[in-house]
Amino acid sequence: MTNAIEAVNVTKVYRKYARKKQFATLKSALLSGSLVSELQPDETFEALRGVSFQVPKGCTYGVIGRNGSGKSTLLKCVAGITRPTTGSVAVDGRISALIELGAGFHPEISGRENVFINGIMLGLSKKEIQKRFDEIVEFAELKDFIDAPVKTYSSGMYMRLGFAVAIHVDPDVLLVDEVLAVGDQGFTVKCLDKFAEFRRRNKTILLVTHSLDLVEKFCDQALWLDKGKTHGEGDPKLTVTAYIMDVEKAEEQLLAKEEAVRVAQAVAPVARDEDSPQPHNPVETGEAPANMFAATEGRWGTREIEITGVNIVGADGTPAHVFRTGEPLTVKIGFRAHQPTRDFVFGMGIFNADGLCCYGTNTNIDELEPDRLSGAGEVRFVVDRLDLVEGTYKFDVAVHKLDGFPYDYHRQLYTIRVKSRQKDVGIYRPPHRWEVTGDVTFRPPGSGFKRGDRDGDAPAD
Amino acid sequence: MIHNLLALPKYRGLIQTLVVRDLKARYRGSVLGFFWSFVNPLLLMAVYTFVFTVIMPGAHPESVQPYGLFFFCGILPWTWFSSSLTEASNVLISGGNLIKKVLFPAEVLPIVSVLANLSHFLLGLPILAALLIYYQRPLDPLELLWFPVILVVQFFFTTGLGLLLAALTVHFRDIKDILGNVLTLWFFSTPIIYPMQMAPEGYRWVLNLNPMTHLAISYQEVLFHVGPHGHWKWLLAMGAASLVVFLIGYFVFDRLRDSFAEEV
Repeated sequence: MTNAIEAVNVTKVYRKYARKKQFATLKSALLSGSLVSELQPDETFEALRGVSFQVPKGCTYGVIGRNGSGKSTLLKCVAGITRPTTGSVAVDGRISALIELGAGFHPEISGRENVFINGIMLGLSKKEIQKRFDEIVEFAELKDFIDAPVKTYSSGMYMRLGFAVAIHVDPDVLLVDEVLAVGDQGFTVKCLDKFAEFRRRNKTILLVTHSLDLVEKFCDQALWLDKGKTHGEGDPKLTVTAYIMDVEKAEEQLLAKEEAVRVAQAVAPVARDEDSPQPHNPVETGEAPANMFAATEGRWGTREIEITGVNIVGADGTPAHVFRTGEPLTVKIGFRAHQPTRDFVFGMGIFNADGLCCYGTNTNIDELEPDRLSGAGEVRFVVDRLDLVEGTYKFDVAVHKLDGFPYDYHRQLYTIRVKSRQKDVGIYRPPHRWEVTGDVTFRPPGSGFKRGDRDGDAPAD
Repeated sequence: MIHNLLALPKYRGLIQTLVVRDLKARYRGSVLGFFWSFVNPLLLMAVYTFVFTVIMPGAHPESVQPYGLFFFCGILPWTWFSSSLTEASNVLISGGNLIKKVLFPAEVLPIVSVLANLSHFLLGLPILAALLIYYQRPLDPLELLWFPVILVVQFFFTTGLGLLLAALTVHFRDIKDILGNVLTLWFFSTPIIYPMQMAPEGYRWVLNLNPMTHLAISYQEVLFHVGPHGHWKWLLAMGAASLVVFLIGYFVFDRLRDSFAEEV
């Protein structure tokens, strides 16, 4: 088996011009006699650094990585739109790049004419387009609008037509840059079907995407780029897993940093300027806001009992901000009472990103009668299984009197993110399973997306 | 560069399609449609004829009467030239999507600008023919054989400049603005609204340095003036020069090609 794409040590350096020179004009260049030096970059930015990979013929190859990791630049180098600064890319066969759909469309003329023009730009002959025209229009679901000027199309129609033309170029190598978000569910399935058909016909696909599911199910190999460098390559499942863990680590750090800022702001006394409106950042006040439900982040209370620190920890007991659905979670609430008291309640609230209270309870609701509290200590709110669906959640942590009078109320200062490989919806995932009777079977998980195979339809060619 | 240059004929289907698209798209939505190709030079002719026969009568010698026809012989190719350059200078930027997102031979775009304007020029010829018949000008069929030669010379000259401007404008956006003024000066330095003989003796050499002078005079000799085409030596020299201009333009374009996708 030979390689369809071979990239050797590809480095791409972009120029960064200083702001002053960004608007360089011919006149100023001539006047200062710096025509040549103006063309020299002040600073460079390495979008790709020595990336090498091979894609065997017939292989579906996924490229993943965070924003700005160089994925699109890599794709452009493979497509030949930009040339690598050093290194080389060799591609065997006709390329079609699904990078910018409908890039060559002219808004004033009809969809029909644009199909022809676009097809010719992509390297088809007029005859070939003629032959595939009906198929293209059918695929784009634009039968009724094909003679209308493209400027009257919705963005979805525009993209669909662009996609339809590009995919009907019948390339040997298909480059795809995150373009599956072009239509409704039905269209996406059609696109995936088309990809599956490509695979069956032993065509090569290079897929740049943020959809890790797609990489896992669809790709034979995966490349993980990080800051322009290869960070991992090989089996898609392993690569994706490694990538997810890295993303979570970064997310964890970011959330920790944000939280530290938020808590610091809530604790630090806020300078009040009579003329300025209420600051938006968390405010420390002695009294609860008039409307508890409208209140966002903040901290208030008399501090007779003070919450000295809140830590959300995971199974291993270290502070964490990213959890998986079903993992254990513990909220550690450090407190210090300035005088002993018998009137105290610890409370917890969990809110989702919409501000909806997902769960709220306190020691009183849970029928723990307060008896005595003095000095410093720690109260832990232990959750054995965090059965929340994926999303960002904020925590209220409070200590107050039985009648609700707040000692120290921390409103939504603590954030966690819940991750899940399943894309279920809602808030709460009850532990569940499916049971069936009768003639119903399911394929084992991980058998991948092979709709075309199942349908058994012959490749349309 | 040679390699890319030789690949150009491969794109003729693409170029043809794009020229047609350009023509179709240009007047889409206007009432007169492609009649504007006729109407524009006619209106321009009307303006200058009004100025030089009503406001300043007798400004021109007898040899360039009827003035309207004389002017039309020069303004038609000039419009082709100046519109081509104006469009070509902007074409890489306005076609940025193609350059940045699609594997696309960039030189096609300025060439399309020149060819689309050539089409307008050709569409204007029937009007010129009608004027020639109206004024009953005698035309020498043999002399008319020079016409396609002039056309080819002008094509290479314009395309060379177009490629150069297109490539440079990517780096220096204000070429667009300078160009408008340069073209105005260039227009008045070319014997279009006046015959060459009216230019002061001492300045003729300046006019002779202007390539467009020889193209304009050639058009006038072939289409307007009675008698043999006396300017053919200049025209052939100009032909050689325009090939050089074309190659220089293409060379610069080719050298800067890799920067387009990043700078546009």
